Amino acid sequence: MDLQGLRRESDYRWVIEPEGRMRVPAVLYADEALIRDMDEKVRQQICNVAALPGIVGAAYAMPDAHWGYGFPIGGVAAFDAEQGGVVSAGGVGFDISCGVRTLLTGCTREDIVAVQEQLAHELSRAIPAGVGSTGRLHLSHDEMDAMLTGGARWAVVRGYGTEADLEHIEERGCIAHAKPAAISQRARQRQRDEMGTLGSGNHYLEVQWVAEVFEPSAAAAFGLERGHAVVSIHCGSRGLGHQVGTDYLRDMALEAPSFGIHLPDRELACAPLRSDLGQRYLGAMRAAVNCALANRQILTHLCRESFRRIVPRADLRLLYDVSHNICKEEEHEIAGRLCRLHVHRKGATRAFGPDHPDVPDSLRAFGQPVLIGGSMGTASYVLAGAATGESLSLSSACHGAGRSMSRHQATRQWHGRQLVDELAARGILIRSPSLRGVAEEAPGAYKDVERVVDVAERAGLARKVARLEPLICVKG
Amino acid sequence: MGDWEHFAHGADIGIRGRGATLDEAFAQAGTALTAVVTDPAWVRPAEAVRIECRVADPELLFCEWLNSIVFNMATRRMLFSRFDVRLSGDRLEAEAWGEPVDVPRHAPAVEVKGATLTELAVRQEPDGRWLAQCVLDV
Repeated sequence: MDLQGLRRESDYRWVIEPEGRMRVPAVLYADEALIRDMDEKVRQQICNVAALPGIVGAAYAMPDAHWGYGFPIGGVAAFDAEQGGVVSAGGVGFDISCGVRTLLTGCTREDIVAVQEQLAHELSRAIPAGVGSTGRLHLSHDEMDAMLTGGARWAVVRGYGTEADLEHIEERGCIAHAKPAAISQRARQRQRDEMGTLGSGNHYLEVQWVAEVFEPSAAAAFGLERGHAVVSIHCGSRGLGHQVGTDYLRDMALEAPSFGIHLPDRELACAPLRSDLGQRYLGAMRAAVNCALANRQILTHLCRESFRRIVPRADLRLLYDVSHNICKEEEHEIAGRLCRLHVHRKGATRAFGPDHPDVPDSLRAFGQPVLIGGSMGTASYVLAGAATGESLSLSSACHGAGRSMSRHQATRQWHGRQLVDELAARGILIRSPSLRGVAEEAPGAYKDVERVVDVAERAGLARKVARLEPLICVKG
Repeated sequence: MGDWEHFAHGADIGIRGRGATLDEAFAQAGTALTAVVTDPAWVRPAEAVRIECRVADPELLFCEWLNSIVFNMATRRMLFSRFDVRLSGDRLEAEAWGEPVDVPRHAPAVEVKGATLTELAVRQEPDGRWLAQCVLDV
């Protein structure tokens, strides 16, 4: 991105003042190198978001922002219903409630390395992953309604996990006001065989080890000890969420003219929060959030079963589960006034600071865990929400490295087999049904996650707690 | 050789189909969609699935067409390599020819989540040929 038109407020905060139809400024958190690496389309998209009705504060781009659809990935925007605010299907994304959950294992890196091959094999057998894979569960209409209303809580009641898990999930595992009736027949059909599946692309289940601790007190509260192993799961709401995104993006595009909203590009299709369509979307989106939470809960159960078989002494306890594609109703202070807002985070992670009431009791003093997925073969991070994040970015931080190269470019540069062998030589076992998929997800096709989290910390969005390095990666 | 291509998009992938008619451009875009997942040449056109869609807006009809292919890929666990498309006003009728996913043989790289409205275009080019394109979320 060209620096022209960007006002540098600090080394890590850049502002585009409102011009044209923009109602609020656009604020980008990045250092100069990350800004220069960003596509011009990020500027265009974040400025377009700043022009949507009822937006308050600013349209924010996180350090890992890149060209998305409608909103940039790494985009955050809040809307006030009282000011004619909107909800946007493109502002959430197709993979509704895509997110990361991290589990402590009670094992050391050495415990895992001793059984690494067996565990990799067992996990790849137990976790349905990749195109065409199906789960063990096949839900009836009524049972699907119960899942869409109950989320991870539904899964726990069915025996997939424990009550203790729920305390460590955003919304305690179940987002309220879900409307299964707003979910189409097609969305239900797509989910019929996909409960408890990982998906493909950048989704993964990784066994990792804590390679570095940055903030010992927070790490201790989070249960992260240097040299210990953890498991991270990155996936979302599967076919149901994808179809909800598809259905409502179309409906919002079709109905946009009737709302009298000027859209600079139809990819920004949205509906007023106070409209029948806006409310139906919110109800459907929340049902899809519950689907994602239930899905990650089932995957956790499958993972626990695998560990029980290979590493019986392991005790997989949930550290936290947080989404990075979502629209949530939250209270934030805007210009000295407490407002109830609908905050879109697309490829951005909620990052509540210390003492926020929505953070689980045992973690509250240190802020909400912010789980940052790396790419296969690179580090992942656990951050904690910073007190400064509230005024800077509505308590939001980055979500991952973000791609720096298209899938096509990646397959021209790397071969799947070669990557698998190279990573194995570095002690990282990759298990995937698709070598082309592995090549498309080559670590080199992503931005430097370390730089992204460093900038997030220096900008005051979140604090670095620990760095995780992979040992086993199961991919779709 | 089909008249389709992929174009770069940051995190996702753009698909483009061209043809002497709009029907052909839509069909070629279908092949481009399959090529995101696997090599279309590896997919046998063994059985046909009938697809019908209706949307007044031609660009949104194109999205609906792609999303119908995605839906059939996902729910039937099939891949498609040949598309016979007939457009008439706001209506599309088509047969998508393909076979069930065979993971070892097709080595599917990634599943397609849906067609976005980004870089969405359905138009006649100056040379008279038709073009249909958009970015897919993968």
